[in-house]
Amino acid sequence: MGENKKIRVATCSLAGCFGCHMSLLDIDEKLLTLLELVEFDRSPLTDIKHCGPCDVGLIEGGVCNAENVHVLKEFRKNCKVLVAVGSCAITGGIPAMRNNIGLWECFQEVYQFEGGLEGGQIPNDPELPLPFDKVHPIYEVVNVDYFLPGCPPPAGAIWKFLTDLLAGREPKLEYEMLHYD
Amino acid sequence: MSNTITIDGQTVPFEEGQTIMDAALAAGVYIPHLCHNPEFTPHGSCKLCTVNVNGRNVASCTMPAVEGQQIANDTAELNAKRLALTQMLFVEGNHFCPFCEKSGNCNLQAVAYHLGMMSPRYNHFYPAREVDATHPDILLDRNRCILCELCVRASRDVDGKEVFGLSGRGIHCKLVVNSASGDLVDTDLAATDKAASVCPTGAIIVKRCGFSVPIGERIFDHKDIGKVQIEAAQREKSHG
Amino acid sequence: MEYFCKKLWVEPGKVSEDGLISVDSTSCTGMCDQGPAALVNGMPLTNLDENCLDLICELIRSKKPVAEWPPMLFEVQDNILRKDALLGAVLEPGAALKATLARGARATLTEMDKANLRGRGGAGFKTASKWSFCHAAIAEEEGHVVCDIGNRAERIMVCNADEGEPGTFKDRVLLNSYADLVFEGMTVGARVVGARRGFLYLRGEYSYLRDKLEGVLQRRRELGLLGKSILGEEGFDFDIEIHLGAGAYICGEESALIESLEGKRGRPRNRPPFPVTHGYLGHPTVVDNVETFACAAKIALHGGEWFAAMGTAQSTGTKLLSISGDCTRRGIYEYPFGVTIRQILKDCGAEDPYAVQVSGPSGTTISWKEFDRKIAFEDLATAGAFMIFKRKRDLFQMARNFSHFFAHESCGFCTPCRVGTTLLQRTMDKIDGGHGTASDLEEMKNLGHLLKTMSHCGLGASAANPVLDTLNKFPGVYEQKLKALAFEPAFDLDGALSTARHITGRDDADAHLGGES
Repeated sequence: MGENKKIRVATCSLAGCFGCHMSLLDIDEKLLTLLELVEFDRSPLTDIKHCGPCDVGLIEGGVCNAENVHVLKEFRKNCKVLVAVGSCAITGGIPAMRNNIGLWECFQEVYQFEGGLEGGQIPNDPELPLPFDKVHPIYEVVNVDYFLPGCPPPAGAIWKFLTDLLAGREPKLEYEMLHYD
Repeated sequence: MSNTITIDGQTVPFEEGQTIMDAALAAGVYIPHLCHNPEFTPHGSCKLCTVNVNGRNVASCTMPAVEGQQIANDTAELNAKRLALTQMLFVEGNHFCPFCEKSGNCNLQAVAYHLGMMSPRYNHFYPAREVDATHPDILLDRNRCILCELCVRASRDVDGKEVFGLSGRGIHCKLVVNSASGDLVDTDLAATDKAASVCPTGAIIVKRCGFSVPIGERIFDHKDIGKVQIEAAQREKSHG
Repeated sequence: MEYFCKKLWVEPGKVSEDGLISVDSTSCTGMCDQGPAALVNGMPLTNLDENCLDLICELIRSKKPVAEWPPMLFEVQDNILRKDALLGAVLEPGAALKATLARGARATLTEMDKANLRGRGGAGFKTASKWSFCHAAIAEEEGHVVCDIGNRAERIMVCNADEGEPGTFKDRVLLNSYADLVFEGMTVGARVVGARRGFLYLRGEYSYLRDKLEGVLQRRRELGLLGKSILGEEGFDFDIEIHLGAGAYICGEESALIESLEGKRGRPRNRPPFPVTHGYLGHPTVVDNVETFACAAKIALHGGEWFAAMGTAQSTGTKLLSISGDCTRRGIYEYPFGVTIRQILKDCGAEDPYAVQVSGPSGTTISWKEFDRKIAFEDLATAGAFMIFKRKRDLFQMARNFSHFFAHESCGFCTPCRVGTTLLQRTMDKIDGGHGTASDLEEMKNLGHLLKTMSHCGLGASAANPVLDTLNKFPGVYEQKLKALAFEPAFDLDGALSTARHITGRDDADAHLGGES
């Protein structure tokens, strides 16, 4: 088994702002080092639409609608190791602020009140994913292997985490790298 | 009569009347805590400060120090339990750090960092809790309240006002204020009150001060809460 | 409940539209031997069947005041089915007190010590030790200065009649038919300890007994057994006040009870200090169970050796058991300590017994394999509750019911219990809904351990007992409800879309989430 096979990594953002993906890109030139060890499967960076068998899945964002669940389950099925990246994936984050407002009021505010949709109709096309009553972190829907907190986790934390994982070490963050904001 | 106790093998002196927590802090030994504040009578509700004394688990903030106590504090088992309790607190309320004014200066968050909390582990409750912004100078956000009753103690014992109290049983327990309307604006709470600045989380916040300290310069950005609280205790000792 | 609510057009937890009635459920009313039971405006309704419910509905619709309802609806029987040393011979009012005065306070305390009486409320603390912490009367008697604990010379005697543990109704019977015995025991204790004031903390669900109990107290005052100069003894003043609880299980814990007595929220205190040195309003206070005082009265009369000769070495005397569930003869049974479960089951006519919940939800679940075990502090300790479950009963539902109970009754003071009991309840509900997995079972074991080791009081420490016991002894009842997968979502995915489906009017395939992928 002398072949140096690259680790296959898939990423996605569910109910996230992509800030964690931006933070990943913030590793700047280390991205080149990363690409020597890693190959991206489905990801906003590659535009591959569906996740195939992968070693690591990085998920940003929580679960807010049915489509998120389909994507999440696809990732869980295909990725050996699943990582919840960022506050939203770990606690629900900012999108979860709607959890005690109620879907009906949210829809009314957006589509029916002043400045809403013409005719005030609430869209119901079958292609639109239906939202959940509450936004949930991803570990409440599938089993998650690791957590990388932050909003977003700083580039340094992402780098440390990935290098630990790729080297077969248990990922560990130093005090200053661990934060929830 | 040497008046000492042993914490994790270290001999710690104490004075008559002190609790295990008092003695530990004075000796520079950190026992994680949230509802404890050396300026007020110990409360004993958060249970993070639980230590094992001669084989029994007790809250170190309320247990008197007694000659000869063999205490285990910084053990893997106790720290794992403290982590679980912290995780319980996180899922019980709505603790969203990213936009909270207290982030970086928050004791709950800092204790979680200290214990290495990577996720809340348990399933979130997302309770419906009320925010009271009626007061011109103070915000009361119950989403962030951990029921430590520091505000209750401060208002009663220092300010002489009794603005705050707890009401309800079990998981429905919540902070209430002393006015007929139930609104903060109808109490005599002032921004200069001790009760307005004593909250260990972002539940009671003085308005128009949030985010004034940049990230990187907040209390816990570079310093572990253990260090911060021990240093504060040492300062108290040398001044007192 | 469903039948009743349907008939009256009211929803549980709400007030009916015509404002006539509200219905809700509560934890335990202490009527386990004559259920199904309910409370109407605080008055107990027993042996409810459909006929009774129909009648009650009629009475409500016709707006008949509760005071005018047929008395047979409110009949509460004692159902004493086995008497022994405590319930057998009726004490002549004053007999124990006379013996106490004749013997002297110190000697009476010695008798209590010889008797090795242990608290009958569940905790089993040695009564003589508790009383010996407050021994002002002895000091007075022997001519010493009254023992002052922290400048507070006044002692208080409290009878804990909160009996909130589901399945326990023995104190109800003692108060109904042996009140003199109980009050005599309190007075004996007051003599030993030097208390002038006593309280009967009566749970709110037994408020129907209040008038009767006040009557007994008044009669005792008239007989010179209560009040000033009891039995003519100068300086022996003691009186008892009845204080009603308000339906919180936590107030059965002695320090929470004292808080409630002081008019505060029922919340256990930090200990030390203990009530015996700093209790009611800071005074040295003895809190003992109803049955403990009853035993104390008999010991004062017959002596400690008489009592210690019964039961076992570590559990002397007899114990009242309140037996309910799947048996033909439900009620109160008095046994010497050391009796086997098997014997009890035989005596009460248990029908194919499968499991017994000894001492209520905070006690122990035992399986048929353990029926040779004994009721004793050193084996199966109990405050009295004894619930029998036959083979067809769903023990998972039993444990789930109990998990709801603890979450409901948690006082909310400490983190592990306040949040932990709710987490346990939710996990049991998740399993009940068909969404449980093996990792949920593991998590409950962890929660149970956390509760046991980090809680502020006994409620939290014992809250996980039913779940842990049934997981250990009846694992099958959980396994049959689990899904084969290692992980199930924390919430019902399809259910969480129902609001959106409703708002958008969609019901197509993509509007649902189901099955596994």
